[in-house]
Amino acid sequence: MAPPDIRQVVLDILERIAPDEDLSDLDDSVAFRDQMELDSMDFLDIVMELRKQYRVQIPEDEYEHLITMDSTVDYLTPKLADVPAGV
Amino acid sequence: MSDVLLDPHRIVITGVGLTAPNGNNLTEYRESLLAGRSGVVDYETRYMGPVLAGVCDFDEFRYQKKKDRRRGTRAGSISIYCANEAVNDSGLDWENVRRDRVGVYLGITEHGNVETENEIYEISQFDYDTTCWSHHHNPRTVANNAAGEVTLNLKITGPHLTLGAACAAGNAGFIQAVQMLRLNEVDIAIAGGVSESIHTFGIFASFASQGALAQHEDPTKACRPFDKDRCGIVVAEGGGICTLERLPDAIARGAKIYGEIIGYAMNSDASDFVLPNASRQAECIRLALSRADLQPQDIDIVSSHATATEQGDIEESRALASVFSEHPGVAINNTKSFIGHAMGAAGALELLGNVPAFDDRIAHATINLDQPDPCCALPQIVANKPRSLDRAECILNNSFGMLGINSVLIVRKFPAEHGGLYN
Repeated sequence: MAPPDIRQVVLDILERIAPDEDLSDLDDSVAFRDQMELDSMDFLDIVMELRKQYRVQIPEDEYEHLITMDSTVDYLTPKLADVPAGV
Repeated sequence: MSDVLLDPHRIVITGVGLTAPNGNNLTEYRESLLAGRSGVVDYETRYMGPVLAGVCDFDEFRYQKKKDRRRGTRAGSISIYCANEAVNDSGLDWENVRRDRVGVYLGITEHGNVETENEIYEISQFDYDTTCWSHHHNPRTVANNAAGEVTLNLKITGPHLTLGAACAAGNAGFIQAVQMLRLNEVDIAIAGGVSESIHTFGIFASFASQGALAQHEDPTKACRPFDKDRCGIVVAEGGGICTLERLPDAIARGAKIYGEIIGYAMNSDASDFVLPNASRQAECIRLALSRADLQPQDIDIVSSHATATEQGDIEESRALASVFSEHPGVAINNTKSFIGHAMGAAGALELLGNVPAFDDRIAHATINLDQPDPCCALPQIVANKPRSLDRAECILNNSFGMLGINSVLIVRKFPAEHGGLYN
């Protein structure tokens, strides 16, 4: 899966977690929490969805990589490299 | 103002919010009950397939964000809808209400089964990997979930409790509220009962295993309390929540008063896990009458609990006969025949469907009563058509549940036309 595909995966998850938010203007370089209502339980939803959908295990001490869209995509790119897009 | 109107121990209903399978507010619901309109429909469950159920169609997002609904439970969503409707109906200046002086007391039959079933199904899709078990499970399944979600939604910082009282829970919520208001623990109580039970197969399957789950080719005819051809329980969801206040407070702000809770009682059968006990039920009714300083002939409408199980119908009929047999003027009706058994919401919805009788003097019917069971042959039952009453001043509401929990609530019209000093 290429970075643009991974970005779409993360965006889809965010839309499910925060269905009241308009994410069309999401700034990929700004922390999620600074541009949308996202608390620790929502954050765990991102981790859970990645685990369920792609079997990606994210250790707690690596949660810090999931701050912005850019950092999240960078972190997930090697982990999802072998996953075909659209799965 | 006379002294009796200044009595802070007098508790009144000042706002009503509800969702029932045949109405999403009191006006719709009452119209359905008077028109004989059922809310029972075909319903699909996971694992069990098609069953019959009372299903609500209120707008979940009228008072709740999609995100909050996703986080919470159906019981929480029902509670939030009903609580907001009640607060709006009460005319309270909510923005200026001291939220630390508001308490939330909601009765519930069970809680957590829906979420647990959903999570087990979910991890079954991942080879039972427990790391896929949701972190939302605990806040969704704690027993105070329903009332707690109301406090989050309405920014209430006073106490909240969800009271587990099987199918006696609706009355139990009101009773707890009355007690807390009388103790001056709160100034406003948001109270009643809710149920999300149709969203788990377990309650249907358990009643089926017990031989007590209704089946009928016509869903609207499935729930048949007191009828010889009864076929068991129709499970329903719903909620009935009221704002309750001390009478002097309600009068001072010019509130609309639906009625006054003048008596209540709860007791236990101490005899069986599931089978009811007519003697204990009758004791509960008499205790409520005694506390209200009423005689049986003072009651105008008895809202019965009967669920359309043989033993349940017969035992309640015996209890009612022992108290009311010499009083033919009382009208006995049954709301479950329209909506099914709304479990934790049953007591609240069954009371609220009768409260408009204070104004229109009509006792709604018990539908589907085509051939009365001779063992339940109470002459006072209002069968199939509503009955106009000469007097509609006092309603006695029965709610009984498993493990032998009984609750009775008595509500009187305010101001009562025959209330004497009480006015």
